[in-house]
Parts: sequence; structure tokens; C-alpha cells
Amino acid sequence: MIEPDIKDIGKEYKYGFKDNIEPILTTGEGLTADIVRQISAAKNEPEWMLDFRLRAYEIYRKLPMPSFGPDLSKLDYEHINYFRRSTDKVARSWDDVPQEMKETFERLGVPQAERKYLAGSSAQYESEVVYHNMKKEFDKLGIIFMDTDSAVQQYPELVRKYFGKLIPPADNKFAALNSAVWSGGTFIYVPKGVRVPMPIQSYFRINAGNSGQFERTLIIVDEGASLNYVEGCTAPNYSADSLHAAVVEVNVLPNAYCRYTTIQNWSNNVYSLETKRARALENATMEWVDGNLGSKVTMKYPSVYLDGQGAKGTMLSIAFAGKNIDSDTGARMIHNAPKTTSSIISKSLCKDGGIADYRGYVRFGRKSDGSFAHVECDTIIMDEQSSSDTIPYNEVLNGNVSMEHEAKVSKISEEQLYYLQSRGISEQKATEMIVMGFVEPFTKELPMEYAVELNRLIEYQMDGSVG
Amino acid sequence: MAVLEIKDLHVAVAGKEILQGVNLTLRTGEIHAIMGPNGTGKSTLSEAIMGNPKYEVTQGEILLDGQDLLQMAVDERARAGLFLAMQYPAEIPGVTNVNFIRDAVNARREKPMPIREFLQEFDQALATLDMTEKMADRYLNQGFSGGEKKRNEILQMMMIKPKFAILDEIDSGLDIDALKVVARGVNQMRTPAFGALIITHYQRLLNYIVPDYVHVMMGGRIVQHGGPELAQKLEAEGYAGLRDELGLDIKLVDEN
Repeated sequence: MIEPDIKDIGKEYKYGFKDNIEPILTTGEGLTADIVRQISAAKNEPEWMLDFRLRAYEIYRKLPMPSFGPDLSKLDYEHINYFRRSTDKVARSWDDVPQEMKETFERLGVPQAERKYLAGSSAQYESEVVYHNMKKEFDKLGIIFMDTDSAVQQYPELVRKYFGKLIPPADNKFAALNSAVWSGGTFIYVPKGVRVPMPIQSYFRINAGNSGQFERTLIIVDEGASLNYVEGCTAPNYSADSLHAAVVEVNVLPNAYCRYTTIQNWSNNVYSLETKRARALENATMEWVDGNLGSKVTMKYPSVYLDGQGAKGTMLSIAFAGKNIDSDTGARMIHNAPKTTSSIISKSLCKDGGIADYRGYVRFGRKSDGSFAHVECDTIIMDEQSSSDTIPYNEVLNGNVSMEHEAKVSKISEEQLYYLQSRGISEQKATEMIVMGFVEPFTKELPMEYAVELNRLIEYQMDGSVG
Repeated sequence: MAVLEIKDLHVAVAGKEILQGVNLTLRTGEIHAIMGPNGTGKSTLSEAIMGNPKYEVTQGEILLDGQDLLQMAVDERARAGLFLAMQYPAEIPGVTNVNFIRDAVNARREKPMPIREFLQEFDQALATLDMTEKMADRYLNQGFSGGEKKRNEILQMMMIKPKFAILDEIDSGLDIDALKVVARGVNQMRTPAFGALIITHYQRLLNYIVPDYVHVMMGGRIVQHGGPELAQKLEAEGYAGLRDELGLDIKLVDEN
């Protein structure tokens, strides 16, 4: 009922620290087919994966940049490290994680989060997972939770069946790039009928300047199973731009449920260009919960392909665009089967010249009889320098469907401020409360620790926004 | 004892002068009522005291224990000891009632009130006002009925414990049961450390919260002072009667 106090936050960028770990292996800056081969060889990958990478590399070279959205012309592909390995074995227990990395993780609260709430944890450090811990019950239940590199080695058939199927390399330039040079990421398989009792969490983190991160996450929730996966991202501050181009594929089989929660707080020099896609079969439910606070540029439109009758897809997102941030986010719901439903709720806040645009796509295919979609975009623009656009795109190929769309852009209301101040609350605190209230429908969906952290991050970003 | 002094107060709204020289002194331990017809400036007086930016003070002074309130921001006035129960409280989505009230209580304390102590007091106040615990976790005023909003204003007042509360038409839209409940809350506050200014059209509320002083306001001024019996007289004779008796040249808003 009562929120914890959130006053103990310093003014400097909270996660802007770096440690001094030297990578064990790096391919240096820039990208060639040879480097792709090197990456694959370093991982001792099967032939099919090397072929996949090389094909993707060719596609990447040919594909144009996106024809829409933020300016990407400052991205310098020549000076990105496409692969770094900071330790040569995956750590099973916390004791095996190098001390310096451990300190970094501890500052991020990983062990605590694990103790209190989480069933298992795998934390990504630079390009590969170094720490990985799975509870014994997971093994008993047949749940597979590991980094994707290990999954390629240990479960080649399962990985091969699903890898790159929802998001083929040709989908877009950054998906192709990821397919060529991917490293790390999370692999989860939940067997038929198994309901994972607690959220599974993974912490992602970019550590070295110029180090691209190309995680590859693949999730399969088998029939009637359920999974709640939480991914949190924080990154230190750098002077050079960093690229983050993840690919996430989520397969939700008939009658299964999956929620995928992300909080991203990349430092504001990161280009976050992600491709996330889920496929929901008969009566399956896929829920994206997606919060974006940092980055220089974010382009991210998680989608759900509603391919089975009665499938459900939802997207609940917030974007906070501060100074020098261009956030171009949204969702895509593709209704390909009868009686499918989707809901997109997008909340954005922009201040200090930030840009927070919503770009959405809802498609009702020919077979989508009796389907329904709801789209709701709410924006608060904090000052004159900031801007927000809502760019919805709908395509309807079936006459028997219905759709709602609401969009609202507002400023912090004078009446609300006056009311809160008349109770003795300062203008700054009142503004914060109104903003927190605005994002509350999002934060209340998060595990407690994330909700607290998100509130802290927003509070930090709001600091000094008034007078 | 604290003193709230209003001296020769002139207030304009959107360039139009509504208050034309109001003088009033309140002390803690006293309950004052201001009665008057519609459109006579009662709410303007309460908003101007609180510091609503839409109300421009063009002349006069408001002093709280000698401190110049007009030089203070709204939140500073509140922390100095003022409270306004509003006619139209704002709705704040996503902010739970209990968290908001706790922030308000803590805004005037050096150290936050221990949660246990806060909740104890909070539960007692809820009980006094016949409010359910559900009201705690609802979003502030969002979707509240008219009566719920009024009770919630009184709930805040009881938790914040101001030196002076202004209750702006706290009785409007309340049925007789709700009126009694609200009155119970206010009467519980009645101590030598608390003063109130009750603004109302009707005498009815004053049956339940018996004031020490009654003032009648018409045409942007206070035109008559008295005790509780003045309210009774108004109930019997109406505002037009009093106006004519005083020989005032004021047109009442609702007169044709």
C-alpha cells in the first residue's frame, strides 16, 4: 500500500560506472566475412550456424537503412567492436564470477534481486553470459534457461527448429547484422503444461565503449505452459556511440502464456535498434511490457503475430525521452486468425527537447474474422522544446473486425499542480507525483524491485525540471 | 494561538474585480462562517487566501501570525498552516489516495511520520468519516462521487491538521447523512489549536457545525457580522431581505 521512500538518489548518472576488465578475445573494430567466421569459430559452432551467419552478413551488406524514423547517419559501423569475450567460461555459481564484475553486478542489485524474487538469473556481461544460475527445480521441471551460445551446443535441434524463423535475417538491416554477429542472449524453453512459478530475470549490460551488443534471445513456451521473463538493462556512460541491436524471438504455442518485460536504461549515447517478435498460436497469450528510458536513439516495435484462433497479444509501454533522446517506439499486432484480440497501450513523456514518437501497425488479415484491436497512446509533453507524434498505421483486409484508437497529448495540468501544492507539496514533488501517476499503469505491472528502480530513474530524470 | 488577518482585500479574476475590500480576522479556537448568495465572491476569497494563480490580489494584505502570505507560494502557505477544502478537487490518476496523504503529511515534517503511526491515524480518520479502506488505494479523486470527494477533503484536513482550514461549500451535493459525517470530522478538529472558515449558502450545515461567528458577504464585501443567530435569520428572510434591510444597492445573481 505504501511506496518505499525514493529520496536516496544521487545526482550523477547512477549506472555511469565502468570497470577495468580486459577482454580475453576481441575481433577489433569493423566487420568482414572473415570476422563473422572468427566469431563462429571462437564459439566452436556447428556448420549450419556459420552458414546462417554468413548468409545474414551478405543480406546485411545489401539491405538499405530503414526508410523511416530517427536519423541514423551518425552511426559509425567501422569503429564498432562486433565481438568481445571477457571471460572464457560460463560461470555456474556466483563464487566463480570474477570479483570486479561481481562488484559491478552488485551495484546493479543482481544478487539481491535474485535472492528475493527470482527463480534463476543470467547476467550478460559485454558479449557473453558469464554468470548463470539455475535453480534445481528448473531442471526437474525440464525448463531450459541458459545463454543462447550454450543452447546452440547443448540443444542444437531445438534451437535450429526455431532460430531465425520468426525474424529471418532479411527482415531488416539490423536483424541481419544481429544474425551475422550475434553473441549471448537468453534461451528459454518451457515444456508442455509447465508453469514457471516466478519471474525469470536476466540483466544485460554494455561495458566497453564502442562495443556493440548483439544478443539473440529465443524463447519457446510449449503448449499450455506459462512464463514470465524480465529483462533489465543499464549501461555506463561513454564518449563514443554504442550500438545495441538485439533480436528477440518468442514462440507461444497453443494455450500457452508468455509475458516479456523489459526496462531499458542505456546511457544516452547508445543506438538501440531492436527487433522483437512473438508468435501466438491457438488461445495463446503474449504480453510485451516495455520501458525505455535512455539511449540516444531507440527504434523498437515489438510485434505479435496472432496466428492461432483466439490468440491474444498485448503491449504496454512507456518511453521517457529527455535531452538528446529520440525515441521511436511502438508495437505491431498482426491478426492472422479468427477471434484474435490485441491491445496496445503506449505512454510517453518528453522533456528538455526529447522526442518520443509512437509508431504502430495493426493489421487484420483476411482470416481475422471477429477480431478486435485496441490502441491507446497517451503523451505528456513537459516543455516547449520537446515533441511527440503518434503515427498509427492500420491495414484491414476483413470486414468483420473492430478497432478502437485513442490518442491524447497533454501537459502537466495547472489544476493538478495547484491542488497538490495546496497540501504543502512542492511544485517539483507535485510534478513528479503527476508523472509517476501517469506511468503507474505501467509500473504496477512490474515486479516490485523494478517498479522501485523505474520510479528512481524517472525521479532522477525529472530532477531540476521545474524552476 | 495563531491569527489569520485579511485586510482590505481586493481580488480580480480575468481582469474583473470580484472582492472589493474584505476585512476579516480569524483566531485558532474559532469557527467562522461566511454566508452569501451565489456569485458574491465567497470562493474567490478562499482561493485568494490559498494562492490560486488564477486569482489576482490587486490590493490589501493577508497575514498569518504577521507573516505576509501574499509573498508565499501555494505550498509554502500550506506548510505555514493553511488548508483549503476545495469545491472541485483535482483528479490525479495513478496516485493513490493514501500515498498522496502521506506525502502531504510528511511535507510539513522534518522526519517522515513512521508508517505504523500514520496508518493508525489514517484508519481512525477513515472510521470517523464512515469511509471504507478501499478509499485508501483508489487514485486521488478519480471516479469519486461528489460526496466521496468532500469526505476525502475532510480526511486530508484531519490528517494534515492545519492551523486554519477554509471549507468551501463542503456541504454542496451532500445528503443529510453525509453532511452529518462531514460535520463530525470538522467537530473532531475543534480544539484551541484549530480555526476554520466555513463557506456556505445554506444554514443547514451550521446546525451541525455551530459557528462562533457568522459573516454575510454580498457584492464582494462583508456586509454584516453576527453570531449563529444571524444564520437563522438569513434562513428565514433570505439574502434579498437582508440586503433591503441594509439598504444595499446590489443585484443578486439569481434575481431576474
